[in-house]
Amino acid sequence: MTRDRANPRSGGRLMDMVPHLILMLGVLIFAFPIYVTVIGSTWDAATIGRGNLPLTPGGEMLNNYASAWSESQGNRVMHTPVRIMMWNSLVMALVIALGKIAISIISAYAVAFFRFPLRMVFFWMIFITLMLPVEVRIIPTYEVVANLGLIDSYAGLTIPLIASATATLLFRQFFLTIPDELVEAAKIDGAGALRFFVDVVLPLSRTNIAALFVILFIYGWNQYLWPLLITNSAEMETVVIGITKMIGNGEAATDWNLIMATTVLAMLPPVAVVVLMQRWFVKGLVDSEK
Amino acid sequence: MQRRVIFDNRALPYLLLAPQVAVTLIFFIWPAAQALWQSVHLQDAFGLRSQFVGLENFQAVLSDPNYLETVKTTIVFSASVTLLSLASALGLAVLADAKIRAAAAYKTLLIWPYALAPAVAAVLWMFIFNPDIGILGRALNNLGYAWDYRLNDGQALTMVILAASWKQVSYNFIFFLAGLQAIPRSVLEAASIDGAGAVRRFWTITFPLLSPTTFFLLVVNIVYAFFETFGTIHALTHGGPGKATETLIFRVYQDGVVNHDLGGSSAQSVILMVIVIALTAIQFRFVERKVHYS
Repeated sequence: MTRDRANPRSGGRLMDMVPHLILMLGVLIFAFPIYVTVIGSTWDAATIGRGNLPLTPGGEMLNNYASAWSESQGNRVMHTPVRIMMWNSLVMALVIALGKIAISIISAYAVAFFRFPLRMVFFWMIFITLMLPVEVRIIPTYEVVANLGLIDSYAGLTIPLIASATATLLFRQFFLTIPDELVEAAKIDGAGALRFFVDVVLPLSRTNIAALFVILFIYGWNQYLWPLLITNSAEMETVVIGITKMIGNGEAATDWNLIMATTVLAMLPPVAVVVLMQRWFVKGLVDSEK
Repeated sequence: MQRRVIFDNRALPYLLLAPQVAVTLIFFIWPAAQALWQSVHLQDAFGLRSQFVGLENFQAVLSDPNYLETVKTTIVFSASVTLLSLASALGLAVLADAKIRAAAAYKTLLIWPYALAPAVAAVLWMFIFNPDIGILGRALNNLGYAWDYRLNDGQALTMVILAASWKQVSYNFIFFLAGLQAIPRSVLEAASIDGAGAVRRFWTITFPLLSPTTFFLLVVNIVYAFFETFGTIHALTHGGPGKATETLIFRVYQDGVVNHDLGGSSAQSVILMVIVIALTAIQFRFVERKVHYS
């Protein structure tokens, strides 16, 4: 590329190609590690362990995925079957995403559509949680969860992460744009606050809900430090934690084929959500961070 | 800010707020208060009694040369990750924005790494740069360059910086592209007619108009580098070799979970909270100003 740029006689057409070449290089840098991992998941552990991984697919794909998916004993290390870990990750991601949306939308509705004592106190209390990422208060939060007896449970994995200032602010912002005439018309028709919420506000919020779902699902699926602390038993392990446990201290003689197959499986759900729901995802990301 | 037309109901708003407030009180406010309390107390070895010690824990933390070394590592790490991922995302976004017809395709090809967990990004990088099994890790050694990030401090830090930045580029790219596409074409065309070249147009028009996006991303990336990269570091180096890749959040985990030093770990948590609150406050002041002028 630099050669093209340095040569002034290469003409406009070639100059026009330079941005494309740089962009393609960028795409390649992001795709290459994934490609290598997918290829690795189709070879046997010995080939990978020797460090001679070819760049074309091998013949062990079905064996590797079947073994990682349902067995707990590789050739060299024990691991929790990916089937169980994927289920745990899925429960965690769904409960966090749907729970955050449900809790936030009703509290935003309360703050936007009612006037009551201490309204702003509650609003600011929710707002403050925005400033405290779970990592910052990790040890004391762990103690609270331990005292409540929630270690190694889905409740312990999800509920502490379920309050969301971002989603509440986003819904509140959106609710403030709902025209007053709509509320007045509903009141004249005799609809109460709950009726109005179910019949008007929820349907109007569909795009916002879809957008938030994408980012919150990914947020839940990708949690690391929290599940690392909260889960002790193999039965409760999430798949992202499972990968690093399988790697251990990264010696050459380990079940690399199974690790790579697990990594591919762990990437599939969040990547699929982003790619399939791209329109909502970009909107959700840009809107919720305003 | 309040709607003009509202509903009248005494109990309902409190009921609607109850779940959010309950979770916030139990899992945010209480632990944060506990961290503050523990940070000024000293517990005995059995955790039975504790004694008020004022700012001693903070004093101990801040005068520990190891801690100051961790602060330095965190600054180098965060500054590198922020600059590297912002600069490459801006470059790619500017190029994609100029290719209007292909921009959507490039967007799809570049945004999906956002979906990867920081720890998974680290594992992918390990598959490639591991000196035993990684294709590039082995290539470096075969070329005569002694590459082993598990033994060499500088190489370990480089590895975690690259893996952490790699994962963050797509996020920044989405925001830069949205920001660029919001700039009116007419402004750029006018400058073009006045004879401003592409580089000059970028620095005098595009870059200043992007500054709210850039500033917002700056804060988000610093927060990312401080906290979310725990997974990257834990999966790749475990803070090692030695303490070469130990950042502030990794140390909170190390001291609190592995070494059971509650007072010290809490004091560190409080320091981190102050940093986050300061960053958020700066960000909101800036956003308010932006809203004011627009």
